[in-house]
Amino acid sequence: MATVSLTVNGKAVTANVDPRTLLVQLLRENLRLTGTHVGCDTSQCGACVVHLDGKAVKSCTTLALSVDGATVTTIEGLAVNGVLHPMQEAFREHHGLQCGYCTPGMIMAAVDMVSRRGHSLDEATIRDDLDGNICRCTGYHNIVKAIAAGAEAMGKAATPTRKAAE
Amino acid sequence: MSATGIGAAVRRKEDHRFITGQGRYTDDINRPGQTYAYFLRSPHAHATLNRIDAKAAATMPGVLGIYTGEDLAADKIGGLICGWMIHNKDGSPMRAGSHPALAQGKVRYVGDHVAVVVAETLAQARDAAEAISVDYGVLPAVVDTASAASSKTQVHAESADNTVFNWHLGDKAATEKAFKAAKHVTKLDLVNNRLVPNPMEPRAAVGDYDQGEGAFTLYTTSQNPHVARLVLSAFIGIAPENKLRVVAPDVGGGFGSKIFIYAEETVCVWAAKKVGRPVKWTSDRTEAFLSDAHGRDHVTHAELATDADGKMIGMRVKTTANLGAYLSTFSSSVPTYLYAPLLSGQYDIPAIYCEVDAVYTNTAPVDAYRGAGRPEATFVVERLVEIAARELGKDPAKFRMQNYIKKFPHQTPVIMMYDTGNYAASMKKALEIIDYKGLAKRKRDSARNGKLRGIGFSSYIEACGIAPSAAVGSLGAGVGLWESAEVRVNPVGTVEVLTGSHSHGQGHETTFAQLVSDRLGIPIENVSIIHGDTDKVQMGMGTYGSRSGAVGMSAIAKAVDKVIAKGKKVAAYVLEADEADIDFKDGNFHVKGTDKTLDFGSCALQAYIAHKFNGQDLEPGLKEGAFYDPTNFTFPAGVHICEVEIDPETGITRIERWAAVDDFGIVINPMIVEGQVHGGIAQGVGQALLEGARYNQDGQLVTASFMDYCMPRADDLPSFDVGMTVTPCPSNPLGIKGCGEAGAIASPPAVINAITDALGHEEVTMPATPQVVWRAAQKSIKRMAAE
Repeated sequence: MATVSLTVNGKAVTANVDPRTLLVQLLRENLRLTGTHVGCDTSQCGACVVHLDGKAVKSCTTLALSVDGATVTTIEGLAVNGVLHPMQEAFREHHGLQCGYCTPGMIMAAVDMVSRRGHSLDEATIRDDLDGNICRCTGYHNIVKAIAAGAEAMGKAATPTRKAAE
Repeated sequence: MSATGIGAAVRRKEDHRFITGQGRYTDDINRPGQTYAYFLRSPHAHATLNRIDAKAAATMPGVLGIYTGEDLAADKIGGLICGWMIHNKDGSPMRAGSHPALAQGKVRYVGDHVAVVVAETLAQARDAAEAISVDYGVLPAVVDTASAASSKTQVHAESADNTVFNWHLGDKAATEKAFKAAKHVTKLDLVNNRLVPNPMEPRAAVGDYDQGEGAFTLYTTSQNPHVARLVLSAFIGIAPENKLRVVAPDVGGGFGSKIFIYAEETVCVWAAKKVGRPVKWTSDRTEAFLSDAHGRDHVTHAELATDADGKMIGMRVKTTANLGAYLSTFSSSVPTYLYAPLLSGQYDIPAIYCEVDAVYTNTAPVDAYRGAGRPEATFVVERLVEIAARELGKDPAKFRMQNYIKKFPHQTPVIMMYDTGNYAASMKKALEIIDYKGLAKRKRDSARNGKLRGIGFSSYIEACGIAPSAAVGSLGAGVGLWESAEVRVNPVGTVEVLTGSHSHGQGHETTFAQLVSDRLGIPIENVSIIHGDTDKVQMGMGTYGSRSGAVGMSAIAKAVDKVIAKGKKVAAYVLEADEADIDFKDGNFHVKGTDKTLDFGSCALQAYIAHKFNGQDLEPGLKEGAFYDPTNFTFPAGVHICEVEIDPETGITRIERWAAVDDFGIVINPMIVEGQVHGGIAQGVGQALLEGARYNQDGQLVTASFMDYCMPRADDLPSFDVGMTVTPCPSNPLGIKGCGEAGAIASPPAVINAITDALGHEEVTMPATPQVVWRAAQKSIKRMAAE
């Protein structure tokens, strides 16, 4: 067993884990943050996307011990004081989800996409950038609409993006 | 129409928990003292199980129990069942082999269940499974669908020639006669490719046993928890139904694959008693590829006869359907009664004859996948019709419209009585949306850029709202396919609706609440939809076959009507009026011709206080239940048109436009219905362009992860133009036809017809990958140069 300490959704946490423990297992099993899902085990589907030090990563292929000291945001940490993040609102408004299983990863990937590519995202850009996330229910039609609207709303809410910061 | 009533695009009530990470899926459930199961699976497609040595594994850290098929047999746990009896042409019953949850004596596909290890942690269970030594006697494998019946290797002793049944439907003599009279016959050989459903949530189960009560609970990823309980209880013998609770909480997609009662769920709930602690199993993605029921896998020869006017006069179809190594729960119904009765499509074809041979192979079981039989039928019909139009030199849209059924009701020669429809209206609307008139110019523009542009039509019909119990009973179903509902009104006038339907992405919590709020005139927030727990909902048949709207909601409507009728009796006492004088409108009971009213909430309160009436004349309380059995199947139909552009240099096909016009009857929530269409199209495009489960000749599944099996991604698809036409369904009180499968049924032939149009009628197989399309494009270019 080994000790790993990190900040998850603003809280400092320490866990004693088997060295082969993946970040997603730490989140789901030790911290009971079950919003992050496992859909494929091979980094293909993106259901497990979380933000690691502000950047999207696939937590199903990240060893927990490798992120000691890092800051992690999961879907549970996206809303602030009960106020939904604009991207969460956009997914609901545009029916960007059906079964909900891929949704946390989609939303976390979408927020990261806005950070990297700005608030004005056309359809081709969104479809191209979303190639690391699979949804089996929606045919992506409404996810694309939701991300475009969410990106714009993030701009109005003046959410700083990495692109702007650079 | 109110902002939340029938026809309104109400935003979904269930979404808040999903977008905040608060959904509760089976793997999110953890029981005190929980242990973990890991299944040791066969690495061979076909082998005798000579010896399983688990002695060393049993002593490894954390191991609590290792069980095999012998342990299940010793506890008299029965095998998995197939719930639909099909009879051969000669009237004899189908020949099915046994299907033990853990293999007994033999393994029959890669992934078949050899043993289960239960341990303190998943890692310990997996480590121990690797230490189990199994002596396999490897046998040759039967893999190929078309040649399975002629293989020297036999999958089950019970099924000579690996044949489960030789079945047929239709009038053979009349069809032969039609072909003799034909002016033209169009012939087609096709393969409907094997698919893996792949809902994003893998299957999972948590089995729990309460020693004090002697009762089991199974939390599981099911589309139909009551059917699961019935099978686990009455057939497999886990426990009587009153001692077995099945809970299907949030379920992350199903598409058919979570209808079935599988080995892993069965073993988990049984093993919970063996180890005396809860047992959890969660499939990883490769296990899902290996052991979830697959879909499709047909090899077909089909012919269409037309007369001198281009009128369709006959169709004959011969199909071999691969059912895999064991018969899954509803597998036998899929290539038979869910397939051949749809071969008339939207067309007036007086004579149809279809033969289906179902075969066993050493591959994963095959069962219903979104559309289940109807996509296979539509692919046969719409490819045949498209090719016939080309051979006859007719415009494909006009040829279809010439042959559409125009009078209803219409009795087809293959069982179905179509109740209503207006197929030409959908075609005309789709032609407008796609701008058919502008196609020639768009083709020229593409040609100027060195690209090939094509258009493909699909006029599909499906039979859903499955289904009248007596009808399916006569066709071999082991159960009736009604639905149940209970409407419980609380004393404050809020309402809980218990339904036997199950939502795993379809948005029932919103759509069903819209119906109830509309009928009772109460705010949608005051209505909660409860489903997926056999301890809460008494009985139900679950969600598949696009039945939840037409059948499930009809049951709710019936129960709501009973609530209103009871409410009128209560109101009559409270308002001191005659019951016959009470009207109910917009959430108020009122006495005709007076200003005396009682709102719904006050009526509910009075029903429970019960001071105003005598409990002998009128029972207190306000709660009503209903069972609804439909009078016919429903027949959603529509036209999808796909336009593609192909790069002949790379073989890459881009879908440029998609017009979908569907007639789903009355629509409760258009936003949700359109979402169902989008998702269905994407799965059909996946079948047409990307997806294919492949076994090698040894029976190894070579497409067993998302790295090898190509799932549709956002950049493979366009946005879709979705339109609707409406002919209300006459066979249920709400006029609903169902929308869940339409997209997946309509889309594969639309794509392939478009590609073959672009390639100058050169044929392609599914999936039409860039390599397939490139080869066909090169052939087409050479042929056209020679001409």
